[in-house]
Amino acid sequence: MHIVVCVKQVPDTRIIKVNPKTNTLDRRGIPAILNPFDSHAVEAGVRLKEKVGGTVSVLSMGPPNAVKMIRKCVEIGADEGYLISDRFFAGADTLATSYALYKAFEKMLEEKPVDIIICGKQTIDGDTGQVGPGIARRLDIPPITNVIEIKEVDEKAKKVVVKRKLEDGYEMIESSLPCLLTVEKDINPVSYSPLPNMIKAARYEPTIWKVDDLNDVDKKQLGLKGSPTIVAKMFAPPKLEGGKKIEGNAEQQSKQIVSLLLEKPELFEKKRGRA
Amino acid sequence: MENNRGVWVYMEQKEGRIVNVSLELLGAGRKLADKLNVPLSGVLLGDKVKHLCPTIFEYGADEVYVMDDPILKNYRTESFMKGVNHFAEKYHPEIFLFGATPNGKDLASAVATDLCTGLTADTTMLDVEVETRLLEASRPAFGGNIMATILCKKHRPQMATVRPKVMKALQPEMGSKGKIIEEPLDVEEENLRTKVLEIVKDTKKKLKLDEADIIVAGGKGLVDEKGFALIHELAEVLGGSVGASRDVVEAGWIGHDHQIGQTGITVTPKIYFAIGISGAVQHVVGMKNSELIIAINKDANAPIFDASTYSVVGDALEILPILIEEFKIALKQEEEEGEVKHA
Repeated sequence: MHIVVCVKQVPDTRIIKVNPKTNTLDRRGIPAILNPFDSHAVEAGVRLKEKVGGTVSVLSMGPPNAVKMIRKCVEIGADEGYLISDRFFAGADTLATSYALYKAFEKMLEEKPVDIIICGKQTIDGDTGQVGPGIARRLDIPPITNVIEIKEVDEKAKKVVVKRKLEDGYEMIESSLPCLLTVEKDINPVSYSPLPNMIKAARYEPTIWKVDDLNDVDKKQLGLKGSPTIVAKMFAPPKLEGGKKIEGNAEQQSKQIVSLLLEKPELFEKKRGRA
Repeated sequence: MENNRGVWVYMEQKEGRIVNVSLELLGAGRKLADKLNVPLSGVLLGDKVKHLCPTIFEYGADEVYVMDDPILKNYRTESFMKGVNHFAEKYHPEIFLFGATPNGKDLASAVATDLCTGLTADTTMLDVEVETRLLEASRPAFGGNIMATILCKKHRPQMATVRPKVMKALQPEMGSKGKIIEEPLDVEEENLRTKVLEIVKDTKKKLKLDEADIIVAGGKGLVDEKGFALIHELAEVLGGSVGASRDVVEAGWIGHDHQIGQTGITVTPKIYFAIGISGAVQHVVGMKNSELIIAINKDANAPIFDASTYSVVGDALEILPILIEEFKIALKQEEEEGEVKHA
């Protein structure tokens, strides 16, 4: 079975700072990492391979230094890495990104078929979750989002059963293969990388394709030019005003909180209803 | 592009009821439609859902596009996408909004790809520039550190998914009427590649954080899991639910289902306790619309105090045990008094 996981190198937005005067991002010293959601996706691919056999490839679009992130995926257990990297791809929104990755899939499909595609739920820099379903639509395969378990895979019947998270529970979905899954972090934790993987990863060189290596690419659909959406402006989140200070020592403060809340009986309707 | 007119809202329904975010979007969409002087339309798909049309009119729509078919009983990307695409290609709206729910995001992503247009995710502010007719969809970016306004200049419709609980639904106007445009779904079951085998509701002690009246949320300021146990205790005493900041979830003190904020859930309870939470923007976007916010933090300059109704500067580990006791006593008194009155 050929499992392909789509991954992205992202700035670690968890530690990114905004310059409050200019409303620009201060990227200095911000490390580029494997998108945390994608690390769960790679792990899911590796676990699936352990169950059914086959190959796990990772595919990414990014700058040349994204090779480092692909090595990280090899540490987790990916067998092969593919990177499409070209200035034509730069500045892409989700529509242009899914187009570029779709073209990369077409290229990959010349070599061997793809049975299942796994993507992380979303990236931490774009936070959209739109690229996975976009790729599925372009390849005309079913997208299944918010997957928390790959329950069954029947290679012969070309069918998969997955558990999809809903707001108030889950649903079991059967899909024909190939299909594309976007997975939640809950699908599996990411295991520690075994030493042989680390050694393999250190020297691993992924396949790198430039735009001209791909077939029949409409360059108008790539990168900034091919992106229908643009960021018109950035601004600080609306400033909140802040509230009243409750002074005193811990005991005085506690007493004030309790009496403040008890003054608003409607706040405790439910509690009272039960009493 | 000149042919694209009208503001559309996808009406997500579940078991024959319209989900809240879709009603909220009718409220937001009404304002946009009035500014642009165009009709506001709902797009409704499902099995035996036509009876929901009056509700959609009452909440502000002028028209409803309906597809009613047994194939649409359960949400599936492929069937719903076909239906929505059919309407969008035939009647070409200029703006198309979806709730940022699992199904709403799934559907919007597929539809935008097929219509080859721009889609802004998880919008929290919507406006329209009347002259250019451009939708200004603003959303938290880079983990909520900054807001970005996204435009889609040359493609139509301009699409966005919008976070639940940030827009306001209108007061329903009973008896409002409008135009119903019903069309058949052109899909055969045997051509579909996915099947919903079963839907299981989480019956075990449902978390339902987004419906809780009282939420007690804790952060790294509680030092360790033992400190965080006080959060559970206070929540128990108040009959509330437990929330958490991202770093606490990442430290493994509590499950991701409890995470409030940008990558967690958005909540609007009556009372929100933010305890030992510094108030990173990512957290604040998920709770700032709570009715009453009480923040407890050691650091007097913590940004959470900008969002709070009441600010308590102090050590949560010192305050919490006292607070829990005080509440126990006070609520017990209340209960006894109540019983006397009812006796």
